[in-house]
Amino acid sequence: MARTTAAGQANFSIPDRIPITLIVNGTERNLNVVPWTSLLDALREHLDLTGTKKGCDHGQCGACTVLVDGRRINSCLTLAVMKDGAKVTTIEGLAADGTLHPLQQAFIDHDAFQCGYCTPGQICSAAGLLAEGRAKTPDEIRELMSGNICRCAAYPNIVAAIQQAMGAS
Amino acid sequence: MINFQYTRASDVADAVRQIAADPTSKFIAGGTNLLDLMKDDIEQPSRLIDISQLPLKSIDGTDDGGLRIGALVPNADLAWHPLIEQRYPLLSRAILAGASQQLRNMASTGGNLLQRTRCFYFYDTATPCNKREPGTACSAMKGLNRGNAILGTSDACIATHPSDMCVALAALDAKVHIAGPAGERSMALTDFHRLPGDMPQRDTNLAPNEIVIAVELPAQGFANNYTYLKIRDRHSYAFALVSVAVGLELDGNGIRRARLALGGVAHKPWRDKSAEAVLEGQAAGPAVFARAADLLLRDAKGFGHNTFKIDLARRAIMRALTQAARGTPQSISSKKIA
Repeated sequence: MARTTAAGQANFSIPDRIPITLIVNGTERNLNVVPWTSLLDALREHLDLTGTKKGCDHGQCGACTVLVDGRRINSCLTLAVMKDGAKVTTIEGLAADGTLHPLQQAFIDHDAFQCGYCTPGQICSAAGLLAEGRAKTPDEIRELMSGNICRCAAYPNIVAAIQQAMGAS
Repeated sequence: MINFQYTRASDVADAVRQIAADPTSKFIAGGTNLLDLMKDDIEQPSRLIDISQLPLKSIDGTDDGGLRIGALVPNADLAWHPLIEQRYPLLSRAILAGASQQLRNMASTGGNLLQRTRCFYFYDTATPCNKREPGTACSAMKGLNRGNAILGTSDACIATHPSDMCVALAALDAKVHIAGPAGERSMALTDFHRLPGDMPQRDTNLAPNEIVIAVELPAQGFANNYTYLKIRDRHSYAFALVSVAVGLELDGNGIRRARLALGGVAHKPWRDKSAEAVLEGQAAGPAVFARAADLLLRDAKGFGHNTFKIDLARRAIMRALTQAARGTPQSISSKKIA
């Protein structure tokens, strides 16, 4: 089976851009995207919401975690066209009226990062974890946060920060 | 990732019509495996047919006391569904042992069945792979094969099926419901996945123009005596080196019924009814557990880096049977193996 190359796609007709609506951090945003635009690229490149980070782009690192209809997902493994009409919350949308989200404050209080690149994903993932209400113990927090990698290894402080936010909520 | 067209399916019949009309198209539901493979040009569909909005998202009771799980029920919702947690905790724990919560929130039940292997060489387009490009070679056979299969391999392929959920479904005697141009059919989960043989490019017995619509569980969920024991290189968010799903129905210390399936060791969840037969009617204990392990692994064959899996699997089977018989299933969050 020959592998398709760019040249082999010569007869491919570029599909029309598909109009979609995303409710991003409470605001309705209308976009026209090609089918292969990931939700991550739609947020970063079309909407200039660069708080959500592209790490591995393969669902392995968790840096791209956002909340879609209240659930945490990897935005890099999601096509924007498949989320037409969805409510998306990114790190830019967590603070309300100038007050940091309890998780954002807890990450500062516990110094739960070094370079900060994974932090938006960590915080959005933790927001999803709080909403799920399943993690009670540090072991359970670690297990349910295992989809977010921190190469600076701030893990103990991340767990402490989440515990603080859990106590506050 | 190559460019592709995108359409939505309006119902199951429309999905089947669309896939039958264009053999180079693929269904997309959660997308967690397919988009990953497309980004590496391993999958190159000309068209994605979005089935994510089809009404296949419910979990319903069946006439014979079991449950029918819609193919689009997300893995996370299935694992945490009250009926699954109460009646099929083996399935719940197996699902929670796999992937991350973000992925489980996206991944669908049907898509989990259709995951492709995580063999390094399948993913590495610079190397030959009979599964990716039939007729080239198996690079894993003499390569870095720590994660590869020890059972049911062929000269063409030593890939494993990566799912945890399917290992539990195999042990639980689940059935897969399928729709196609000729109507609906069903098959045992254990018949759904296939061994590589000389056609390793085919992972399952699903025809190209068919769609998985549901997975059905029988009434018996082995909720009292079960375990899902997963051994891996990293404590969380890693594929199994070896996993063991066990369900026992006990009468005192006597084993009335036994279900046993292995993950991480073959091209499909590995179940051998002779190993279950040797347990049934016997008192639970190490001697009979060892006989079951011997039977399950009697044809096991290593390829160098993965040869340790034979001994690891034997010990994992013994430990899992002990956990299930004692009613002390392996915890997902505490990594200590009890």
